[in-house]
Amino acid sequence: MLDATPKRAPLPNAAGVGYKPQHFEDLIRDPGPVEWLEIHAENYMGDGGRPLAQLRHLSEKFAISVHGVGLSIGSEGPLDADHLARLKHLMGWLNPASFSEHLAWSTHDSAFLNDLLPLPYTQATLTRIADHIDQVQNTVGRQMLLENPSSYLAFSESTMSEPDFLAEIARRTGCGLLLDVNNVFVSATNLNFTPQDYIDAYPVEHVGEIHLGGHDEDTDDHGAPLLIDSHGRAVVDPVWALLDHTLTRTGPKPLLIEWDTDVPDWPVLRAEADRAAQALARVPV
Amino acid sequence: MSVSQTDFRAALLDPAKAAPLDLTDADSRPAGRRFDVYRNNVAVSLTEALYTGFPVITKLLGKQNMDGLAGIFLRQHPPSSPLMMHYGAAFPDFLANMEQLAHLGYLADTARLELAIRRAYHAADTDPMPAETLATLAPDQLLAATVTFAPAVQLIRSPWPIHDIWRFNTEPDAPKPRAQAQDVLITRPEFDPIPALLPPGGADWIDALVRGGRIGDAHDAVLANVPDFNLADPLALLLQGNAITSLSTERPPQ
Repeated sequence: MLDATPKRAPLPNAAGVGYKPQHFEDLIRDPGPVEWLEIHAENYMGDGGRPLAQLRHLSEKFAISVHGVGLSIGSEGPLDADHLARLKHLMGWLNPASFSEHLAWSTHDSAFLNDLLPLPYTQATLTRIADHIDQVQNTVGRQMLLENPSSYLAFSESTMSEPDFLAEIARRTGCGLLLDVNNVFVSATNLNFTPQDYIDAYPVEHVGEIHLGGHDEDTDDHGAPLLIDSHGRAVVDPVWALLDHTLTRTGPKPLLIEWDTDVPDWPVLRAEADRAAQALARVPV
Repeated sequence: MSVSQTDFRAALLDPAKAAPLDLTDADSRPAGRRFDVYRNNVAVSLTEALYTGFPVITKLLGKQNMDGLAGIFLRQHPPSSPLMMHYGAAFPDFLANMEQLAHLGYLADTARLELAIRRAYHAADTDPMPAETLATLAPDQLLAATVTFAPAVQLIRSPWPIHDIWRFNTEPDAPKPRAQAQDVLITRPEFDPIPALLPPGGADWIDALVRGGRIGDAHDAVLANVPDFNLADPLALLLQGNAITSLSTERPPQ
């Protein structure tokens, strides 16, 4: 069923950045340590024009990771067949090094809500998501990576921990995992657990990629810290420390800096990529 | 006890509703502000998509008014697909139907122009007709030809000076809008859509060609209403804009 033999080079165990069109020239001229780029799949599902021309050009110079934000893997309803067809088309012509999506939902009753919405970790959710991932991998014809969310709240109906839930999904579907270390830090702060414990319980053998990003700080109704996964600033030091801890378990992995709002000039993002490359260089191979 | 996605979505889009009861913090207390993070993400991201898609409308209304309208619009018309590049197709009609905006009649057509520019930006790539094609045609062959247009080509007709309004709000030193009806042709020579003001009759002529009419027939029909119409002017705009992908000189069956 699922073709496990890679037909293209995988993502390198090197620094990558989330691609923003304003950095197009900079990336050609001065990529620094950046060896690969991640794009949001939905931004490249138009019929033509500059976005696709830029992507074709970049894909000749960089390994590309396609990161979906709109498939709504966690939907209670069926997956959007039109969207799945668009994804298959993009994956077909681009033939990227990697494809990933989120443990979340965003579409309900054909309304797309443009956010990654949370799920209870139950057997019912597990079955549904495994079915959806089977459908995606069979349609696209290759393995996908599933990313852990940033959590702001808990479901009282949940019966499994997130690492256990992800491990079981990977076991049932053969999908890989995208480990977002900032999301772990955000969720740990918001839901009062120790992020290192999460990493230690996480099924690292399935990790195909690691994400890092910045978050905002707020407080909840009781004055407790409430971190928000905004991707709008630099990665904070405790997240870099958590990355070091993570890399000792995973070994070197493709490491992405996400910066999606208040996007900085290239030198600032490049400096984050430099720091990611340094973290990778410290990992014993 | 469980929270369905129907319940979640209903509370997400209605700030007056409480967060679903089975959503909690780590100590099993009601989620409260934690649920508001999702509410805020949805409202802010969709509002920002409207700013991005309708920069001139945002400028004309001011950010505060735009925020208010976006808040109503996004609840009535959440995106129907994850392709945010298409979000807001219903926004021009929404503006046209807002009673409190009735005194700003030009808004809806200005929004239509912005939407058309965005469509042109994402339209499929095509090769333009080779430049020498026209020179190889005798005048009677040219007049008998039909035209195939690039998918990026868009035509927006308005009783309002939408081209002037668009320029005045996007270009430094653009002249103030004149009180007149304006028709706009959007072409995409390479990657950047260009809205051009059409001369009187130009939109009728192009519209007839889009419907498959022959160049000469379309020209004659326009002349009946616009005696000084010269097809060289809109034709030049089409050629500069790489808007024509081919001419067909095949005679239709008699």
